[in-house]
Amino acid sequence: MDLQGFGHLLISGTWVTIQLALSSLLVGLVFGLTGAAAKLSKNPIARWLATGYTTLVRGLPELLLVLTIYFGGSQLLMWIAGSFGYTEYIEIGPFVAGVAALSIAFGAYATEVFRMAMMEIPQGQWESGLACGMSRSRTFFRIILPQVWRLAIPGLGNLFQVLLKDTALVSVVGLNDIMRQSQVAISSTKEPFTFFMVAACIYLLLTAATTAFTMFMERAANPAARGNRG
Amino acid sequence: MTWEWDVIWKYFPRLLEGAWLTMELVLISGLIGIALAIPLALMRASKLPWIKALPFTYIYFFRGTPLLVQIFLVYYGASQFEVVRESFLWPVLKQPYWCAIIAFSLNTAAYSAELFRSAIQAIPVGEIEAAEAMGMSKNVQIRRIIMPRAFGIALPAYGNEVILMLKGSALASTITLLDLTGMARTIIARTYTPLEMFLAAGVVYLAISALIIALFRFMEYRFNRYQYYHHADTPADLDPQLRDPHIDQK
Repeated sequence: MDLQGFGHLLISGTWVTIQLALSSLLVGLVFGLTGAAAKLSKNPIARWLATGYTTLVRGLPELLLVLTIYFGGSQLLMWIAGSFGYTEYIEIGPFVAGVAALSIAFGAYATEVFRMAMMEIPQGQWESGLACGMSRSRTFFRIILPQVWRLAIPGLGNLFQVLLKDTALVSVVGLNDIMRQSQVAISSTKEPFTFFMVAACIYLLLTAATTAFTMFMERAANPAARGNRG
Repeated sequence: MTWEWDVIWKYFPRLLEGAWLTMELVLISGLIGIALAIPLALMRASKLPWIKALPFTYIYFFRGTPLLVQIFLVYYGASQFEVVRESFLWPVLKQPYWCAIIAFSLNTAAYSAELFRSAIQAIPVGEIEAAEAMGMSKNVQIRRIIMPRAFGIALPAYGNEVILMLKGSALASTITLLDLTGMARTIIARTYTPLEMFLAAGVVYLAISALIIALFRFMEYRFNRYQYYHHADTPADLDPQLRDPHIDQK
């Protein structure tokens, strides 16, 4: 296949896509854990907020989220900053808008995955943590979280695949990712099929790599299932 | 920042026009998608490796790449080839409407084929064996036992797929279609009220998802009725000979 010297452009786009996906994953995991904690908390307001968050975000198209944050975000931020007396112009770039939108969407689905995983942990584990003299937060980080992690990895792996594919949407607001760079290449070569097909193959490679990594993580997080048959 | 309710009220009818196109896209591509998914799922559930290979590749490609790439491949990609531009297909392929429907149908077919395949494989073996014992041929089994059962099993998961399709249909706006998102973007270009218009569009999307969820709840109740049966309480003075221990347990 002749890329007519546009290969480096696609590679730089791939790098941007990977950066976007990983940043959104990190922020999204924080959203997901917070959401799950809120959904399982005893505080009715926290539960109500978390339910509202997951219901709303899961019913909205990701593209709409990206567009809203990119075009409306600076308006909203300036309004908030303005009420504190800050009047400079605030601009949200496509990368930041992309991370915000994708992590909000990822977080809503991850909330459910984490909630299910946390509910799988028997209550007795919390109680034995307390019986050993650990505080609730220490029990959470030492005992519960490592196990939640193991139970959540398959679900999170699927969500990350969705996230990876959704990064393509951020090209609509002008981020120089794989999609955008292929469009640049197309505008001078006039070969849309070739370059979009190459873009598709890069995405396939990325999702295949993610699948392999998820399987590796599943093994790594589950020493019990690996056993000692060695 | 001023919040302009007037703009929302003024342009709401236009948004609803867009919502209509969104629903049309979802419905038409959903139906074509099911028609494609059933043969794909049956092939995928086959035991012969060379029959499995084709649907596997198809599903792998469409599930592993973003929907945006698929839409662009159909809409922009097809025009690269002289053969396509001169064929009878060109009047169809040059319209964004049909390109969106083609891309959405191919995409949802891949996802639903996986759902149907797992549903086919979730049918209890005993039911298939019973059908065989009754002397049904493979075709009759598929028509009378496998398809209706798989439909019932796949229904809740298919409801999720339709919601995902609704969300994916927003991508139609990237190829100049005036669906709900496209309409909102057009209005914003004129009025510059992004937050108001996108919020209004979001509310309409949520309403459509609520509608879809309600529809699928109702269908589940109709088609999986066996899960909703409640036995009447057995009268206490019933002849012990007539008692059914399975019913008494509940």
